[in-house]
Amino acid sequence: MTAKKKTNEIDTSTMVKNPPKKFHHPYDELLRKYAIPTIYCPGCGIGTTIQAFLEAITKYTDIPHENIVVISGIGCTGRASGYINLDGFHAIHGRAIPFASGVEIARPDIKPVIISGDGDLFSIGMGHLAHAARRNIDMTVIVINNSIYGLTGGQDAPTTPVGALTKTTPYGKISYPFNLSQIAIANGATFCARYTVYEFTPLAKAIARGMNHQGFSFIEVISNCHVNFGRRNNLGDAIAMRKQFKKARVRMTEKDINKDWHKTDIEFKVGVGFTKIPTGIFLEEKERPIEFSERIVNAYEIKKS
Amino acid sequence: MEVHQHPEKKYYLITDESRCKGCGLCIAFCPKNCLGFSDEYNDKGWRVAKMQRMRDCIKCYMCERSCPDFAIFIDENEQTEKEELLKEEKTQEEKKN
Amino acid sequence: MTIKLQPKVLTGTHFKNGNWAIVEGAIASGIAEFFAYPISPASEIVEYVTYRLPAVGGKAAFIVEDEIASINMCIGASWAGSKVMTATSGPGFSLKQEGLGLAYMTETPLVCVNIQRGGPSTGLPTFSAQGDYMQVQFGSHGDYPAIALTPWSVQECFDLTITAFNISEQVRSPVILLLDGDVGRMMEQIEIPKKEDLVIINRKRPPPGTDKNSFKQFDITGQDDLVPPMAHFGEGYHIFGTGLTHKDSGVPLLDEDLHSELIHRLYKKVEINNHLYPKPEEYYLEDAEVIVIATGISARSALQAVLDAREEGLKAGLLRLITVWPFPKEQIEELAQRAELVVAEMSMGQLIWPVERYARKPCLLVSRIGGTPPSPAMILEGLKKARKK
Repeated sequence: MTAKKKTNEIDTSTMVKNPPKKFHHPYDELLRKYAIPTIYCPGCGIGTTIQAFLEAITKYTDIPHENIVVISGIGCTGRASGYINLDGFHAIHGRAIPFASGVEIARPDIKPVIISGDGDLFSIGMGHLAHAARRNIDMTVIVINNSIYGLTGGQDAPTTPVGALTKTTPYGKISYPFNLSQIAIANGATFCARYTVYEFTPLAKAIARGMNHQGFSFIEVISNCHVNFGRRNNLGDAIAMRKQFKKARVRMTEKDINKDWHKTDIEFKVGVGFTKIPTGIFLEEKERPIEFSERIVNAYEIKKS
Repeated sequence: MEVHQHPEKKYYLITDESRCKGCGLCIAFCPKNCLGFSDEYNDKGWRVAKMQRMRDCIKCYMCERSCPDFAIFIDENEQTEKEELLKEEKTQEEKKN
Repeated sequence: MTIKLQPKVLTGTHFKNGNWAIVEGAIASGIAEFFAYPISPASEIVEYVTYRLPAVGGKAAFIVEDEIASINMCIGASWAGSKVMTATSGPGFSLKQEGLGLAYMTETPLVCVNIQRGGPSTGLPTFSAQGDYMQVQFGSHGDYPAIALTPWSVQECFDLTITAFNISEQVRSPVILLLDGDVGRMMEQIEIPKKEDLVIINRKRPPPGTDKNSFKQFDITGQDDLVPPMAHFGEGYHIFGTGLTHKDSGVPLLDEDLHSELIHRLYKKVEINNHLYPKPEEYYLEDAEVIVIATGISARSALQAVLDAREEGLKAGLLRLITVWPFPKEQIEELAQRAELVVAEMSMGQLIWPVERYARKPCLLVSRIGGTPPSPAMILEGLKKARKK
C-alpha cells in the first residue's frame, strides 16, 4: 500500500444534498435542545464533560435514566444541569452537595450526580464535600477543575497554581493550590479518579464506574479555561491547552489503583503551563464501607409488638 | 446541517452549523486532517467547521468527542449497512443458484 | 439495635414544653426527614426528634454539618417527595437565609422553625426575644412573600405546626414557625387529639395520566389557586429547578418581563390563598378604645394588662396576631380608625413598623429586651398613655 498524500484540496463530492432522513446527535434526546447552543465559550471543556457524562449513562452503566438527578451549583459548570434532559437542579453557590444528600436520603434509589466547578465545590462548598465524603453518601461528584473562577471573569480560585496570573493576582498567585483528589480521598471518598478533558473515553468510563460504585465517588476533570486562565498565562487557545493536557498527562494503570494516590500533585510552571498531570483511577475501595442510606436502614430494626 | 457520506463505508458525518462555535477542536484533533474551517459564517458569526475530505475519514470519533457543543457527529447508517448486507447475501445466493 | 415502634400521634393529655409539641406536630403531619444543627434554644427539638422519628418509621433525623447544609438538604428532600422540617435559632436563621430564598424561588414546601433568642450576633443564647420578625420577610435578598406563624402556648405549638405543614404543602412555599424562646421552653398542659381528628393535607401532584414529556413543574394553567402541581425526582418527569429567573418549565431565562411575571405570581399566590392562614385572635375588641397588638409570649402579658385595664375602667382590647406574615393589614386598618393602638414586643420595635404603616398614624411602642417580655404593668402603663393622647 502506498501512503496517501495529504492534500488540502476540498472535496465536496461526498456531500449528500438530499439527506435520506433527519439526523440527530446521538445524545440529542438527553439534551434540553432549546437551551443549545450553550452559554460556554468556544472550545470550553464543560461541554465535552457533559458529553462524557451522557456517554457514561448511555453506554457504560445500567442505571435507569429516570433515577438519575443531575445537580449543580453556581458558576459556568453550574449551568451544566440545565442542558441535560434528566431530572435536575441548579442549587445555590456551593450547596449542590447538601441538596444531593437530601435527595439521596429521601429517595435512596435515586443516584444524584453533581456536576460542578472547583470554585463551587472546593471554595464555598468545601465543608459540605468533606462531610458527604465522611458519611459515604451514595452520590457521584464530577468536579470540573479549570483552575479559575471563569463565570465572574477570571479571579484566582483555590485551584489556581502558584505564580499563575489572574485578574486578582496580577503579580502571580502566592498561595498553593488544592489537590482536589487528595482532599476527597482524605475525607473518605471511596472512589476517586482524575482525567483531563482530552481523555474522553477513559473519562466517560470512569464516570460510569464511579456511578456504579456504591458510595461517595469523586471524579476530577481537568478542563481548559483558555479564555480566562489560558490567555493570561500564555497557554494559548483551547486547542493549545488540550494539546498541553495530552502531553502533560501521566496515566496511572489499573495496577496503581489504591497505591499511588498520594503522588498526584499537578505540576505547573509559570510561562510554560502544565508539565505533569497524573490521571487515572486513584482509588476504588472494593470492600467498601456501607453507603449511608443503607446504614440508616441497618442501624436499627423496629420491633412492632 | 451539512451531511457527508463516506464513499465506501456509507456512514454519514454531519456538521451542524447552527450549533458550531468555530473553536477548531475537531479540526485540530482529526488525525487524518479531514476537517477545515468553512469560508462562510453562521448566524452567530462563527466560522464553522466543515468536512472537507470525507474520503480520508477513518471514523475515529475524535471530532464528535472533542466537540463541546454537540455540533459534529457520526451517523452509523445501520439501515443502509443492513440493506447492503442483504443485497450482498442476495447476490451471493443468486450466484450460487 | 432494636427499638420499639411508637404511635405516630400521642393522643392524650401531656405536660410538656413547646419544642416537644412542635416535634409531635411535625410527626403527626408525617415528616420523613429532619435535618438540623444544634443551637440554643432550639436544641431540644433536634434532641427529641432524633429519638422520636426513627421509632415512627421516619427515614432519617440527624445533625448535619452546618445550618446552610440543613436548609439545602431539606430542599433536596422536599424535591424528592418528602415532608421535611428544620429548626434553628437567630444566628442559624441568618445563615439559612440564602437557602430560604432558593426555597421561595423554587416553590419548595418545607417548614423552618425559628426559636428566637437575643441578638444581634451571638447575643443572649439562652434568653428569649422577638427580634427576628423583620428578618423573616426581609432577611433573604430580593423580593419574596413570606408566610410565618407565631404560637403563644404549647397547645398552639402543636396545632400550628400541623397548620404550617398544611399551608406549606398547599401553597408550595416554605413556612416559618416563629417562636420566642419562652414559648419554646415553657411547660404547659397539652391535649393531642385522635389521629382521625387531625386534618393533614398533602401537596398537589400532577394528575395520573399526565404526559411526562410535556409536564412543566411551574405551570399554573387551570390552577385557580396559582399553585402549580409538584412532580418529584425519579418519576420520569425530567423536572428542573433553579434559583435563576425561570420559565414555567423551570428552565432559566434572564428576561425582564418574565422576572416581573414570576415574582408577581409568587406574591399573588400567597395573597390568593389568604383563607388558609389563621386569623388574629380578638379579646374585648367590641368596645375597645385602646388596643394592644402583640404576638407570642408578649401577648400573654398583654392579655393580663387588658384584664387589669378593664378592672380600672379603661376599655382596652387585645389583638393577638397568629399569622404575622403576610401581615393582616385589613384588620389593622379597620381597628386604627376606631381606637388607639399599642404594640408590645420583645424587640426595639419591629412589629410596630407594619402596624404604623397600615394604621396610618403613630402608635405607642411598649418594648423590653434582654430576655424578659414586657410586663403587664408596663403594657398597662402604655395603654393609659395611649388613651390620654
